[in-house]
Amino acid sequence: MKIAVASGKGGTGKSTFSVALALANRDRARLVDCDVEEPNAHLFLRGGESTSTPVWASVPEVDASLCDACGKCTSFCQYNALALAGSAGLMVFPELCHDCGGCILVCPNKALSERKVLRGTIESRVIDGTLELVTGRLEVGSPSAPTVIRAAIENPPALRRRVTIFDAPPGTACSFASCVHQADHCVLVTDPTPFGLHDLDLAIEAIQGMSKPFSVVINRSNGDDDLASRHCRRRGIPVLMRIPERREIAECYSNGGSLLDADPSMGERLRALLDDLHFHVSGGPIL
Amino acid sequence: MKIAFPATGTDLSCLLDGRFGRAPRFLVVDSETNSYQTIENDGNADASQGAGIQSAQAVIAAGATAVVSVHFGPKAFQVFEKAGIKTLQADIAPISDLMDKFRQGVLPRMQGPDKAGHAG
Amino acid sequence: MSPKEIVVLSGKGGTGKTSLTAAFATFAKKTVLADCDVDAANLHLLLTPRVTETGTFGGGHEASIREADCTSCGLCAELCRFGSVSEIDGWFGISNCEGCGVCVEFCPAKAIDWKPSVTGTWMVSDSIAGTMVHARLRPGAENSGKLASLVRKLARDQAQAQGADIVLIDGPPGIGCPAIASLTGASAALVVTEPTPSGLHDLERILDLASHFSVPARVLVNKWDLNPELTERIETLAQGKGCSVAQRLPYAKEFTQSQMAALPIPLRFPGSELAGRIEEIWKETQSWSMS
Repeated sequence: MKIAVASGKGGTGKSTFSVALALANRDRARLVDCDVEEPNAHLFLRGGESTSTPVWASVPEVDASLCDACGKCTSFCQYNALALAGSAGLMVFPELCHDCGGCILVCPNKALSERKVLRGTIESRVIDGTLELVTGRLEVGSPSAPTVIRAAIENPPALRRRVTIFDAPPGTACSFASCVHQADHCVLVTDPTPFGLHDLDLAIEAIQGMSKPFSVVINRSNGDDDLASRHCRRRGIPVLMRIPERREIAECYSNGGSLLDADPSMGERLRALLDDLHFHVSGGPIL
Repeated sequence: MKIAFPATGTDLSCLLDGRFGRAPRFLVVDSETNSYQTIENDGNADASQGAGIQSAQAVIAAGATAVVSVHFGPKAFQVFEKAGIKTLQADIAPISDLMDKFRQGVLPRMQGPDKAGHAG
Repeated sequence: MSPKEIVVLSGKGGTGKTSLTAAFATFAKKTVLADCDVDAANLHLLLTPRVTETGTFGGGHEASIREADCTSCGLCAELCRFGSVSEIDGWFGISNCEGCGVCVEFCPAKAIDWKPSVTGTWMVSDSIAGTMVHARLRPGAENSGKLASLVRKLARDQAQAQGADIVLIDGPPGIGCPAIASLTGASAALVVTEPTPSGLHDLERILDLASHFSVPARVLVNKWDLNPELTERIETLAQGKGCSVAQRLPYAKEFTQSQMAALPIPLRFPGSELAGRIEEIWKETQSWSMS
């Protein structure tokens, strides 16, 4: 089973929740940090030896002796990454290239070949021998977050676990979609503020567009009558859990601690939560 | 020789457009005959990225050997430089006036791009 | 004279970036606002915009397979580098299309349509803090960077038409396409962060991005009293990277309370100490960005 933990708005506690969920279920779940623009889970899950794999993309390279400046590649490229500079021939702009490979395929003279450029890295670690964390990290200035997210999700598991948790990128755009798309169920973390609810609705619209089942976790909740709880009740959205608004949780987080450090009783609740999700997705217990 | 101008209108009395890659069209003027050709730039004006690159390519394909603009982005500038096209800087004015200045040789050469690029 | 573009960024979400941008806007004279956080636009929730002009935004093309003509050869799935083609029981379908056009070009049965995609709406509005340009991206859509570029351009056009000196941009979180689109070519960036391990980590990445695009950056630590020690480290790091440092702001309930009231902090709490502090920060940031 694959669970994506997402949030329309950033800063709602999405990573805090996914780290705690993974920690409480370390015997049966692994965690993949798909927030490749700003991966954070590793800041709370330290230790273990790391294996790092580069994520390469292929950008075109021109062999000037074969190119007859026919212009097929420049008119094909949707990203304007190629240009004909008159008699000086073909120019390539790798920073605009989305690595689709189309130009190489359309070139009738085989004048274009692939050159590898680094788009990101995937780092895999096993913490205390039991919890696997995979972190995708986008190169600064690189345009291709979805490529790195895919590589993180497809990275071969170091441990056999029934459940994989994706810490999804915030927002509702292409990065978010390319992560949630791969999951069986999406857990949306929100906070009970007008910004939080507005962005929760956007995320729900995106998820419904992908026909994915979803549920909600309310962070910094002031009880079952807060803004978010009322909102979810009105819309008939299942609320899995409420994490109370407490300054000691904020301080514990600011010192690099997890939700479980701030409130040890959270462990049991997070195990029960994963059991429920598994029942919901697969119709049976986690075996 | 042929000189290209980003243009707000469709004849030589119109003003130079303040943009390059996202100008609506280019006028390519023959300095001997004063005849001109219009290149519509509508596809590029709305491009998310690389508008300057594609506009530069279109201007070069039309046979221009010099281009006059208020601004040049880094990528368009690179394309012109590689193609050996002269890049000349001007303020917004009617294109016919700029042609006179071009003939007098008073339009300054651009030393480098003066606009940051736009990624998308 | 083109207007100065000041972009407010945060790396990490939830640091108070939008609340601060809205508050700055109440003090900024001759300014046009741009909400470039097109994935999750929130600025309009504080500034009660009245839309005066609107338009749709096409983000390129989308491929879709015509089932009737598909021979299920599978070449599209083989060629697509984005994993957007999936097969279920011999039926092929495309979702989450990147719009590269490779499958359309090479489908031997010519069974793939190539339609322009409408991915969002942009709006120009009158708000309680002046003209603002904002947008709505279709959830899950591609090209948020392109929409952010468009919002910036429309805001620049508005500023030029009104003779405004400044475009104040509420930028997106992260360091990807939309952040790049909001940052490139801007005159200055104000980066709002918080003293948490994620805040520190994300700040480093966003400052690298700003320096990559040669945009001078200034760092503001919000909620500094949550962890004074980490605040020190963040400010030292910022200075080490050649950035200037703005006044700190404390953890304050007024942020949420103003959100609840759908007003910027200085209008919900006029004359308050916090509002005064924010006004000072804005003035200092403005003169710093001009220097």
